[in-house]
Amino acid sequence: MMKQSKTNKMGELRLMKGNEAFAEAAIRAGVDGYFGYPITPQSEVIEYLMAEKPHERTGMVVLQAESEVASINMLYGGGGSGKKVMTSSSSPGISLMQEGLSYMAGGEVPCVVANVVRGGPGLGDIQPAQSDYFQSVKGGGHGDYRLPVLAPSSVQEMSDFVPIAYELAFRYRTPVLIISDGLIGQMMEKVELFDQMPRLTDEEINELYPWATNGKPKGKKRRVITSLDLDPYKLEKHNFKLQSKYKTIEAEEVRCEIIECEDADYIIIAYGSSARISQKAIQLAREEGLKVGLLRPITLWPFPKKPINELVEKGVKGILSVEMSAGQMVEDVKLAVRERTKVEHFGRYGGVIHSPEEVLEALKNQIIGD
Amino acid sequence: MSEITIKDIIKPENIVYEKTSLMTDKSLSYCPGCGHGTTHRLVMEVLEELGQENDTIGVAPVGCSVLAYEFMNIDMQEAAHGRAPAVATAIKRLWPDKIVFTYQGDGDLAAIGTAETIHACNRGEKIVIVFINNGIYGMTGGQMAPTTLPGMKTSTSPYGRDVNSMGNPLKITELIAQLPGTYYVSRQAVHTPSAVRKAKKAIKKAFQNQLDDKPGLSFVEVVSNCNSGWKMEPVASNVWMEENMFPYYELGDIKLEGNLL
Repeated sequence: MMKQSKTNKMGELRLMKGNEAFAEAAIRAGVDGYFGYPITPQSEVIEYLMAEKPHERTGMVVLQAESEVASINMLYGGGGSGKKVMTSSSSPGISLMQEGLSYMAGGEVPCVVANVVRGGPGLGDIQPAQSDYFQSVKGGGHGDYRLPVLAPSSVQEMSDFVPIAYELAFRYRTPVLIISDGLIGQMMEKVELFDQMPRLTDEEINELYPWATNGKPKGKKRRVITSLDLDPYKLEKHNFKLQSKYKTIEAEEVRCEIIECEDADYIIIAYGSSARISQKAIQLAREEGLKVGLLRPITLWPFPKKPINELVEKGVKGILSVEMSAGQMVEDVKLAVRERTKVEHFGRYGGVIHSPEEVLEALKNQIIGD
Repeated sequence: MSEITIKDIIKPENIVYEKTSLMTDKSLSYCPGCGHGTTHRLVMEVLEELGQENDTIGVAPVGCSVLAYEFMNIDMQEAAHGRAPAVATAIKRLWPDKIVFTYQGDGDLAAIGTAETIHACNRGEKIVIVFINNGIYGMTGGQMAPTTLPGMKTSTSPYGRDVNSMGNPLKITELIAQLPGTYYVSRQAVHTPSAVRKAKKAIKKAFQNQLDDKPGLSFVEVVSNCNSGWKMEPVASNVWMEENMFPYYELGDIKLEGNLL
């Protein structure tokens, strides 16, 4: 189900933190501007970019803004002018960006925003969590909108998902979220970097994105980026257009990974760090003779309803939704399953990471039973 | 001698003044008597005179001028409330050869957007900020603004602004003039023909600075009446502005070529 992006790889291997791999991928994906504000556990992104001097490598602009509010509005300006722009933050900072994301959804401004999630609510802690699922996939800001959400589960994917996110952002003129957590952001793994992609020239931007506001072309109509229309009938029409775009994304852009589900009696559904932990849990289960598979959503929105439905129709006896939250994704699993089989949630939260043994135990207690 | 008709008079060689083509034909949404329309025209005339209509991106605020993009016939973005300087920062950084400006009111620039205003000025972003100060929230129906004068009655200070509990009017323009990042700071008005001429000169200087890549931000405040919000007739509101606003918000250049005057 994983669609290939147009990147080339020449076997350039490095040992990197997830945050660093993400930052390096931004330079290599031909990003024009990064605007960010420090927050743990993702400050390595802007630190890496500042140290790398991407202006000398590709001409990329890196700016430390005065706040997350300013950062996201810098993305509005930059994305609205047709440039590839990016920010990254962690949960409390992403909350501050919701206004800007709503405006960009309304004004159809492309950009990429990474959330390296930490425990909440409030200031919470700086440990890994997955408790921003609702905020990411159900809107987050005000108004009727959705954002494509990619969930990497390795340092490799922190790099690989950057060009995919930009393809989605510009194909659908929408902000795209890359949602990881403090574990993936901070841990070091081997990563194969993709080759440097060129930044678009100003001429290419004008050719590809006639909607971009970067100076009215001679003899042509001026362009406007706005989310405002005071006429409710016109605004409803604009909303129809957005909803039809979201339907297309739901039909075309679902990504997920299915592991050992062919013969599975039971399924774990987990994304990101939880999927890594759950993969070990299904291995432990199979060692005990239990036929357990893993479905890993890569896009949290659009949610992989169809693959889940196919597993339900094949007759799986129960599904455990495992996430480092009090139970958020489980609601979407239940919507997909429609009570045709048992669905339960398991997860530690507030910055606590569950062990594979705990996941297996929960599977036995909550799903398999006696 | 044949009779002279109007057709004989309206000829290119007889035209002494025209509406700039950089203003659209859409009727302005502003109240009759308000300074916004004049200031819009001045900004657009300056851009036309400088030949920048194809190389300028404007950023509209939230407030009375939220629809500025419907009247200014150039590429425009409509920013969230107070965020125009951040929006403009990114556009200018990514398109350094283009002209970028924001057009903001007092609530937008000096209340909710204070952080964005101060930090764009402090970074010395090479943009122009045109700031309309009418001492009130006009769009939402006449509430107290950060720039509302002491004792001034608004719908949220119905007994007059009490500076002990509501604070003093914020002289944001003097404040940002202190920052090394601002290159040119001026306060103007558009209520008389002579004020309009001076304001246009200041706006032109601000854009010329950006064209010349001068180091820092150029900031022009325009003190305007809000006859609807102040609940006065237009002429009376201009008299009130001269007698009350100008003593507090003194007109003239505040900073020239990076030097405080």
